[in-house]
Amino acid sequence: MTLTPVLTDTWDAERSWTLDAYRDRGGYAGLRAALAMPPGDVVQAVKDSGLRGRGGAGFPTGMKWGFLPPDDGGPRYLVVNADESEPGTCKDIPLLLASPHHLVEGIAITSYAIGCRHAFVYVRGEVLHVYRRVVNAVREAYDAGYLGTDVLGTGFDLDVTVHAGAGAYICGEETALLDSLEGLRGQPRLKPPFPAVAGLYARPTVVNNVETIASVPGVLSRGVDWFRSMGTERSPGHGLFSLSGHVTRPGQYEAPLGTTLRELLNLAGGVRAGHELKFWTPGGSSTPMFTAEHLDVPLDYESVGAARSMLGTRALQVFDETTCVVRAVSRWTDFYAHESCGKCTPCREGTYWMKQVLHRIEAGEGADGDVDLLLDLCGTILGRAFCALGDGATSPVTSSIQLFRDEYEAHITGHGCPFDPAAAALFPYPSRRQPILAGGAR
Amino acid sequence: MTTTADKAAQGAAPAPVETVTFTLDELEVTVPKGTLVIRAAEQVGIAIPRFCDHPLLAPAGACRQCLVEVATPDREGNLRTMPKPQASCTLEATPGMVVHTQRTSEVAATAQRGVMELLLMNHPLDCPVCDKGGECPLQNQAMTSGRATSRFRDVKRTFPKPIAVSTEILLDRERCVLCQRCTRFSEEVAGDAFIALQERGADQQIGRFDEAVLDFDVPAGAARPDATGAPFSSYFSGNTIQICPVGALTGAAYRFRARPFDLVSTPAVAEHDSCGSAIRVDHRRGVVLRRLAGEDPAVNEEWITDKDRFAFTWQAGPDRITTPLVREDGVLRPASWVEALELAAEGLARAQAAGGVGVLPGGRLTVEDAFAWSRFARAVLGTDDVDQRARVHGPEEAAFLAHAVAGTGVGVTFADLERAPAVLLAGLEAEEEAGVTFLRLRNGVRRNGTRVFGLAPFASRGLRRLDGTLLPAAPGTEGEWLRAIARQTTGELLPARVDAEPVAAVAEALARPGAVVLVGERLAGVRGAYSAALRVAAATGARLAWVPRRAGERGGVEAGLLPGLLPGGRPLTDPAARAEVAAAWGVAPEALPDAPGRDLAGILDGLSVGQLGGALVGGLQLADLPDPQHARTALAAAGFVVSLEVRASEVTALADVVLPVAPPAERAGSYWNWEGRVRPFGQALESAALPDHRVLHALAEQLGADLGAATALEAHRAAGALPAWTGRRTPAPTAVPPVPAPVEPGTAVLASWHLLLDDGALQTGEQFLAGTAKRAVARMSATTAAAVDVFDGDLVTVSTDRGGITLPVQVTPMVDHVVWLPLASAGCRVHDALGAAPGDVVRIAPAAETPAPSEPPGGAGTGRGGAR
Ligand SMILES: Cc1cc2nc3c(=O)[nH]c(=O)nc-3n(C[C@H](O)[C@H](O)[C@H](O)COP(=O)(O)O)c2cc1C
Ligand code: SF4
Ligand code: SF4
Ligand code: FES
Repeated sequence: MTLTPVLTDTWDAERSWTLDAYRDRGGYAGLRAALAMPPGDVVQAVKDSGLRGRGGAGFPTGMKWGFLPPDDGGPRYLVVNADESEPGTCKDIPLLLASPHHLVEGIAITSYAIGCRHAFVYVRGEVLHVYRRVVNAVREAYDAGYLGTDVLGTGFDLDVTVHAGAGAYICGEETALLDSLEGLRGQPRLKPPFPAVAGLYARPTVVNNVETIASVPGVLSRGVDWFRSMGTERSPGHGLFSLSGHVTRPGQYEAPLGTTLRELLNLAGGVRAGHELKFWTPGGSSTPMFTAEHLDVPLDYESVGAARSMLGTRALQVFDETTCVVRAVSRWTDFYAHESCGKCTPCREGTYWMKQVLHRIEAGEGADGDVDLLLDLCGTILGRAFCALGDGATSPVTSSIQLFRDEYEAHITGHGCPFDPAAAALFPYPSRRQPILAGGAR
Repeated sequence: MTTTADKAAQGAAPAPVETVTFTLDELEVTVPKGTLVIRAAEQVGIAIPRFCDHPLLAPAGACRQCLVEVATPDREGNLRTMPKPQASCTLEATPGMVVHTQRTSEVAATAQRGVMELLLMNHPLDCPVCDKGGECPLQNQAMTSGRATSRFRDVKRTFPKPIAVSTEILLDRERCVLCQRCTRFSEEVAGDAFIALQERGADQQIGRFDEAVLDFDVPAGAARPDATGAPFSSYFSGNTIQICPVGALTGAAYRFRARPFDLVSTPAVAEHDSCGSAIRVDHRRGVVLRRLAGEDPAVNEEWITDKDRFAFTWQAGPDRITTPLVREDGVLRPASWVEALELAAEGLARAQAAGGVGVLPGGRLTVEDAFAWSRFARAVLGTDDVDQRARVHGPEEAAFLAHAVAGTGVGVTFADLERAPAVLLAGLEAEEEAGVTFLRLRNGVRRNGTRVFGLAPFASRGLRRLDGTLLPAAPGTEGEWLRAIARQTTGELLPARVDAEPVAAVAEALARPGAVVLVGERLAGVRGAYSAALRVAAATGARLAWVPRRAGERGGVEAGLLPGLLPGGRPLTDPAARAEVAAAWGVAPEALPDAPGRDLAGILDGLSVGQLGGALVGGLQLADLPDPQHARTALAAAGFVVSLEVRASEVTALADVVLPVAPPAERAGSYWNWEGRVRPFGQALESAALPDHRVLHALAEQLGADLGAATALEAHRAAGALPAWTGRRTPAPTAVPPVPAPVEPGTAVLASWHLLLDDGALQTGEQFLAGTAKRAVARMSATTAAAVDVFDGDLVTVSTDRGGITLPVQVTPMVDHVVWLPLASAGCRVHDALGAAPGDVVRIAPAAETPAPSEPPGGAGTGRGGAR
């Protein structure tokens, strides 16, 4: 397997985020190609390419655009989801930092295709530097005539608004994002109506992930066949795989869908020296975890699904044998409890409870039956919560208990954690073997 | 008003309802398309537990308590079970769907048990001290679908015990299950989001935000500020207490007072406005402890105003008159009924001989009482000097009511308002003067896109929440506006003064089938306005309805409590009408007066100059009258005054005989709401107090006449005894609006109306409610303020030769050279302090250095006896 640098192709250029750097490598050819076609043909090309949403669920992008009702003369919107907050997911933010024009060009093409005259980019609030890069790229594109009135002399008008969120994971969920963008409290909306019918300001709206939209220019400039030459029949194309954790060279690896962790680890120099793989997530913390057994599962939507997890956002978090799975899951659960929006009972109350149970187990205060209680709680949340955040919160808990139940029991029967967190840390960390409060440090 | 043609156009044969058939717990159920599964289940008697669901609120799907197992047929018709249980409160039934509730599905039952366990996990175990205990959906459903023991042994989320959302409402966040019913109510129904969700995850809680964010009336909306300094501003907040499925929201007045199972409930009708809202009166051992909204889909749905809910202590205050009183040597003393009735009868007979008796029954009577009063005046006292209007009034209004309202039956209904394409409000602030009407209008605006136009000097917060269009009108110019609308429709020339564009927009909107014009009693003060309103209706085809403020006014119009008007819309001057009425009352036609009598102002004039010999008065608050001082001198000068009253008032001090009567809770009766709907209610409390009709019946007996109102049943029958009047009606008034005079520097035209919560007599004794009233301010435009050199927040004095009122200025986008004051708020009794009415010119000036304590003369002691 080799890498397929498309979105990452320009990252090594001098000042790669500038319009000049992007154009030097053929940037905005896709937009010119698209503007020469009727909009319907652009949609068809994306349908034919088989591009699937890169935001997690893998919904076919061309089909999503096709769900928009026929033009009624009123506004319709494209909203780009740049709220990337899932633990382990680290692709949109580096992409926007290194090469924001991929996205800007994609926005122009997509807007043209779906008849949108005003597109929005919802950027995660904490990443101010990324927000600035995107704002700058949009300004450059306006100046160069790729955005604004009469784009490239074709009569097509497009405005782009870049909006910074306020830092809530739930605002990555598309309907919560829309509420937040409208200035309301970010909580998921009841569906139907779906955004395609009544989205932003109750108008037809397409919500797509950054990487999805950034992948569109390539389809237009290099063609459907080129795109389909990568990946698998049902999961075609290239994707960013973010390797993190106990890996020798963590980072973004752009490869065809269907690659495997074994292949990616080879490129990344393997698991941290002297250690071996214990567990990993294929698509971020919300996807059930895998072990070394799954090293050869092709990382495409179908194969990962068949192995009972989800490709998600291709956030490959790698943990070696020094890691306490209870501790890892406990930290993830803290995240979900903190990020639960509070709307529905199962997620709001369930994560609050699970968090406490996990903390108890880790601290050696677990009780008999706690592991089953955790499974019960997951049962009450999974498929009962209002949105996918709640479901996602159960994945690490259930999958880790399935794979490492002994480890949980050991915490309970042994009244404590058998691991030393310092051994797993990749940065200086107080060892639990040395009591923190004793000794010289005040 | 409504021609038959109109009605036919309206009620075109309804399209057949499209239905779907599906299976629910093995039952085949057919419901209209679009029905939610939880509603369909209710219809067949299957109870699915729920918290966030409420039939009058948009589905939220938040609590997840109502989960059911669902299978739907795929394209080939094979049933496919959905992988997840579904929330039945957000799921529409579709053809062939198969639903299993907790009764027939282990999946559903398990899901519900799981959610219940999570809800109870953080819930405090304070049911024994919780107001909701015993009528709590959480408690009940915990019994049906909860576990006996809790598996939760971790740390509960706790909050400090209640925070005061307002003086009236307390929020106990620990008990809250975050169903969002309260927030959805205030957002969707009332449109005044005074509370909202804040924080997230397990910290999510109901709370209040900054006033600036929430578009409060500032500072007019300021009640007692909370810890964040935000004032509270909602007239409908009490509904949230009632729909809260736990004891998280409680009323300050009722908190810790009673157990639901000790309460005895009586369905009743609210006495505070003319909407006829259904309420429930809960009492324990003879003491009313709370009132709740009753359910009536046709009228108030399930909502009432805070005044309807909380203002009931007036009925049982320390100022209740419990025995008849007679004046002896200038001093009132208790007397027996026999003695008091004898003295009253003698005195009235003398007064009758000495010029006649003026009859002022007030606007709060039940229908039964109103008919008894009407008959007493005409058949017993032989006078037509009778007027129920304790407010600004005039002959044009009397003619309008006789022509267009009396005897017209049910006209425009609340449902019609919701379906109307356009509604024009003239002389009516729906939220302040007829709260439930405002809510129903808002339904129309939100659901059906009803366009609301408000003829007023400024866009009130209520009008803004109706997405209403303001037709800016200085007080007194409403008639001119209405006339212009009529002329526009008939293609006549508009006067040059009139702005043609908005007139055309309203005229066009009102011409659409189903459009409605709602006129309020305040038009009585504007010459030509009622006449022009009739012309608007005739020209555009819009239907017209009259929305008075007081509960008894429409019934009084039906009973003929206006000069020149006999029951059922019969003109007094019509011999056939007199003959019909005389026959029904068992008197000779000659016994009835045949010339129209005096109205309120005329009666007071007659009393003060001795033309009239005496007065028979019912529950009148003198401070409410257009000229309270004149009324005081008139009654003081009157030869003989009999007053029928629940509580001591200013009139008590001036009366020669006082006959105590029963408040609504202590009698049965009915109100006639503004729609024309009869709203009967039962007696909540056992009581020895007599309703007006029985007292009048006894008094009539003393005078040798039979009033036919000895019992509730007899009085009720008497009210319905007359057939519909088919004869000639009183002709429509044709007054012409005057040309407004220019306003001199240093003066402004007075605008004013009652706020829902003010200094009204029926709100006494309810301090928690009073705390949520809007603070009195003087509103004027920036131009008007600049002209007299005052700025926002400065104190301004509004005065006449009679006196002045000093209030802070609130600069408001509004018509120039107009100053608005609340008509009867604490510290701002306009009629009393200024002797002026809306439309009059008043002086405005910056307040002198140290403002006098802003209690106007005579304004403080509303309804308090012995004040004078
Ligand atoms: C809790 C939650 C968080 C999400 N966060 C993101 C996110 O940060 N970025 C993103 O693109 N999609 C996120 N999604 C998925 C979006 O809801 C949506 O499916 C996606 O933006 C669609 O774009 P795509 O079709 O291009 O993948 C999230 C979903 C959930 C339930
Ligand atoms: S599952 Fe429920 S509480 Fe959790 S984020 Fe979604 S809507 Fe909010
Ligand atoms: S206060 Fe009551 S109504 Fe409001 S969210 Fe909480 S439980 Fe629901
Ligand atoms: S009642 Fe259905 S989710 Fe709350």
